[in-house]
Amino acid sequence: MNKVIFEKPRALGDKPLHYCAGCSHGIVHRLVCEVLDELELTGRAVCVEPVGCSVTADEYFNFDVVQAAHGRAPAVATGIKRSLPGNIVFTYQGDGDLAAIGTAETVHAAARGENITVIFINNTIYGMTGGQMAPTSLPGQVTQTSPYGRDTKTQGYPVKVCEMLSTLDGPSFIARCAVDSVPHIKEAKKAIKKAFEYQCGGRGLSFVEILSTCPTNWGMPPLEAVERLRTEMIPYYPLGVYKDEKGAE
Amino acid sequence: MGEKVLMKGNEAIGEAAIRSGCRHFFGYPITPQTELSAYMAKKMPKIGGTFLQAESEVAAINMVYGAAAAGMRAMTSSSSPGISLKSEGISYIAAGDLPAVIVNIMRGGPGLGGIQPAQSDYFQATKGGGHGDYHLIVLAPNGVQELANLTADAFNITDKYRIPVMLLGDGTIGQMMEPVDFDDIPKPVRYEKPWAVTGTNNERSANCVKTLYLTPSELEDKVVERYNRYEIVKEELQRYEAHDTEDADIIISAYGITSRVAETAVKKLRAEGIKAGIIRPITLWPFPEKIYKQVHPKAFLAVEMSMGQMVEDIRLACECRVPVYFTGRTGGIIPTPDEIIAKVKEIAGEVCPNE
Repeated sequence: MNKVIFEKPRALGDKPLHYCAGCSHGIVHRLVCEVLDELELTGRAVCVEPVGCSVTADEYFNFDVVQAAHGRAPAVATGIKRSLPGNIVFTYQGDGDLAAIGTAETVHAAARGENITVIFINNTIYGMTGGQMAPTSLPGQVTQTSPYGRDTKTQGYPVKVCEMLSTLDGPSFIARCAVDSVPHIKEAKKAIKKAFEYQCGGRGLSFVEILSTCPTNWGMPPLEAVERLRTEMIPYYPLGVYKDEKGAE
Repeated sequence: MGEKVLMKGNEAIGEAAIRSGCRHFFGYPITPQTELSAYMAKKMPKIGGTFLQAESEVAAINMVYGAAAAGMRAMTSSSSPGISLKSEGISYIAAGDLPAVIVNIMRGGPGLGGIQPAQSDYFQATKGGGHGDYHLIVLAPNGVQELANLTADAFNITDKYRIPVMLLGDGTIGQMMEPVDFDDIPKPVRYEKPWAVTGTNNERSANCVKTLYLTPSELEDKVVERYNRYEIVKEELQRYEAHDTEDADIIISAYGITSRVAETAVKKLRAEGIKAGIIRPITLWPFPEKIYKQVHPKAFLAVEMSMGQMVEDIRLACECRVPVYFTGRTGGIIPTPDEIIAKVKEIAGEVCPNE
């Protein structure tokens, strides 16, 4: 008798991903789908996808999806969750979407303790539009719109979203993870699982930031990109749990 | 016939919406429509509904987008500057073929403008407002009872056609009190929403509400399908009220509160023996163009609380067979019957010189 010991999550469809080689979206899509399956939430899941490289994520998921305008995903998710409180509603957003144009929606969904989950892909760059400076681009980072390196005197400093949101009373769980290594990927999955569990418990907004790679727009091969994440991003954006309101179920 | 209650226009919208099955209202304060939010804040928690004061008009309209995608009867309201902010979301709601009701209780503009009643958002409401090829269905009540009736209609219409509906009132309509009978308003009609995102329950394939089509032919097909639906709406939904048009030399056209001033003017003109009539559009989109082709005045006169916007649709509707004049006030000023009468007499001098 053969036994299946590893397979594609049921929540993930069969269509090959369009993402670039070495991009982290594939890993994070899979982690989210694994967690939804394991918690038996796939049939109740509604994802709000952003504007960015994952704007067509719906093509890969076997659950309901709403595509939001740029930055508005937390507001759209709020409308859905207030309509369907028994469903599992999450946004999947990049750094431009969440920390620039959508800052107000992000902060206020968090402040309200909106009972949704936010998966935040931070790769320090605008991917879909071809590599412009993001609110999370590191000081000195060369991008299409910071060709001489991000000058903090004129272009300001990166937004540290986990640190900022953890000052609010609304969120129940805030963590920053990375997908540069197997141990970190396992940590990330644990955090995503906890985030969805907290939503099931009605505890208020749960937020998981995932430091990710964008080899294409960083202009480096995938392995070098992973190295950059490790040596440049993690020191600036420390991993860990920023808030965990264990509270009563 | 039920009991008549004396009610402010803005509050009547709220009551009619609740009676029409709206349980999701997302607002943001702005004069002169705030009473509607206040009414919903008071009522919704008691009936298991959602009232949420958003962080901005931008967020509020996107919450409507979410609730509508989930299959709910959802509503938001604002006034002119706030509608500009909502325009992004309105374009997405139209593109997602989502039913939703958006209320604009207009004030003077552009910019912050003023807080007194105006009708200067006609173009914004009927010609787009947001980006892209799309239309809203635009309803323009001229009293509190009609406001309640059209609110109820709006929810049925938007569900039927999957086209967002804008209730377009002005500050007067929103603020004034009149008797209203809620037993008179149209009853809610239930439409199935198999496209809604409610979770697959592992029983059906995934639903997706989206507005991005990267293949041009696919996007063109979507837009053309929507425009085919607009043609059906144009055929089925043109609404207006008209009288004294049969023998009229000059037909006045006005909507909303301005139409009530125009009514007074027509009565006085008739008493003086001047053959004036009136067409009051109730749907501003689709514009009731059929009636303009059926009447034969020597001239039309548009009266608006703007610098003249609907006047262009009258020219199109009557195919410029006769001159179309304009008079109006803007900036928050309501024209008087005497101003309209003076303009009609001036026009009469030009188009009926021997009478």
